[in-house]
Amino acid sequence: MSTSPVMVDIRGVHKSFGPHEVLRGIDLQVRAGEVTVVIGPSGSGKSTLLRAINHLEKLSRGSVSIDGALVGYRRRGNKLYELKEREILRRRTRIGFVFQNFNLFPHLTVLQNITEAPVSALRRPRTEAKERAEALLDRVGLADKADAYPRQLSGGQQQRVAIARALALDPQVLLFDEPTSALDPELVGEVLDVIKDVARAGTTMIVVTHEIGFAREIADTVVFMDDGVIVEQGPPGDVLDHPRQERTKAFLSKVL
Amino acid sequence: MTPTTPVATPSATDAKVDSDAESGANSVAESDGDSAGDSDAPAELRVVPARHYWRWAAGAAVLVLTAQFAHGLVTNPAWEWEVFFRYVTADSVLRAVWVTLQLTVYGTVLGFALGLVLALMRLSRSPLLAGVAWAYVWAFRSIPLIVQLLFWFNLAYLYEELGVGIPFGPVVWSFGTMHLVGAMSAAVIGLALHQAAYAAEILRGGFLAVEPGQLEAAAALGIPRLRQLRRIVLPQAMRSVLPNAANEIVSLFKGTSIVSVMAIGELFYQVQVIYGRNGRVVPLLMVATAWYIVLTTLLSVVQYYVERHFARGADRTPPPTPLQRARAFTRTLKETR
Repeated sequence: MSTSPVMVDIRGVHKSFGPHEVLRGIDLQVRAGEVTVVIGPSGSGKSTLLRAINHLEKLSRGSVSIDGALVGYRRRGNKLYELKEREILRRRTRIGFVFQNFNLFPHLTVLQNITEAPVSALRRPRTEAKERAEALLDRVGLADKADAYPRQLSGGQQQRVAIARALALDPQVLLFDEPTSALDPELVGEVLDVIKDVARAGTTMIVVTHEIGFAREIADTVVFMDDGVIVEQGPPGDVLDHPRQERTKAFLSKVL
Repeated sequence: MTPTTPVATPSATDAKVDSDAESGANSVAESDGDSAGDSDAPAELRVVPARHYWRWAAGAAVLVLTAQFAHGLVTNPAWEWEVFFRYVTADSVLRAVWVTLQLTVYGTVLGFALGLVLALMRLSRSPLLAGVAWAYVWAFRSIPLIVQLLFWFNLAYLYEELGVGIPFGPVVWSFGTMHLVGAMSAAVIGLALHQAAYAAEILRGGFLAVEPGQLEAAAALGIPRLRQLRRIVLPQAMRSVLPNAANEIVSLFKGTSIVSVMAIGELFYQVQVIYGRNGRVVPLLMVATAWYIVLTTLLSVVQYYVERHFARGADRTPPPTPLQRARAFTRTLKETR
């Protein structure tokens, strides 16, 4: 696995909200086809890092590139020029994002939720987008819910739709921001199963989660973050079972 | 629909129908029914709805008052209903209704179009645009509509000519304001500018009510900006915009009567002209009232269905339309028979 090219390249990323520095110098490389799981206490900057990757948060310093292309900026000489919104939006279509609260569009049907971005952002023909959406719904086990509205679905079903919606753009990277945190316990499993399925298909993924068992199962690399820095990273067997850093040990003893 | 369980007849002595055989040891007192609780099979006890005597009394009082009012409307000759019926569909009145409708439609369309621009300016990241939009709303909410209308009516006195050219430089093309702004267009401009200030705030409120996660999701999916607005934000904003917007349209509709100060032949001006001639003030005011009521009612019906359209997806099952409700009601009537 480690021979595949770097897909996500995060270098020296800093992010401040006012005087509060949430990310304090993050360096992280994710190789194509690998699954990286980010764990850490709340407030450690995990979600901010994920949002910085697709430029939902602007960086204070540092850079993120996907497949060699900077996200949100263009480099000329020693300076990074922020891109126009239109270009940022275009680059974002290569990054799928799954939110903690699903954020499905409540006034659109499940099918419309999935076809909206392929049609409007990628200018795919409507019939093609529809066929693809139906295939994706089948893949997440919701083929019969195409014409339902999101509020008619359970949380787990909504999150599966959200995953299908992200996959519809054929992204190079898929980002998951605590995808099961808003779910009732009995619904977590069905969502994790879908994520596992996507991971097995070889999609590059970065997953922020509190599900340690799930991390152990799907991660190629586990990253432990605390207080805006990466404390420790490595294969799940090392980081989760034989952590070297005290902070990692303290965190794991609380959540396991 | 209320279930069709037979309700105990209201006479007080009949009310002990509850708990047939189970509570044999304890023959239940009826009027203060909560002593029935010691039965061992509560699932089989009959529920008697609470009696709201004061509610019934208040309802009866209101009915009597309403009947008195209706009786007065019919029997009091001072209402002069024959005059009312002579004028309510008179040509001059119908023409005036048409003018009122035009003023309302133009005022609403232009007002909400400008209001949308103002709302977007106000929410934009440019402090200058936001400031200008704020100042506009501040100014036009501060000036009474009637004062503003008179300003527009007297525009030619303020600026004899308007022209297009280089700002502060030479004028390329100019025209006299006398011919540009007639009474009708002055009225439309005044109403629209006034309406825009309120529409801007209503629309801004609607945008703010859309959950921020929606915009984030749209942005994360790379949906183009205008499309985000049209397809994601506006339809969701409409839910909170519509009731307020309907309020505004109704109040604009009736507010067009203010335009009568500019001698425009809208409804209120027209009935004033007529009763100035024949002295029948009350029946002609009723003519105007009837038209305002009829058209406002139509608008309320439209509002109901538009709101219903934008509510799709908001509830697990959409509420039935009045028609569907009526059908369901007749169906249950038939079934219970």
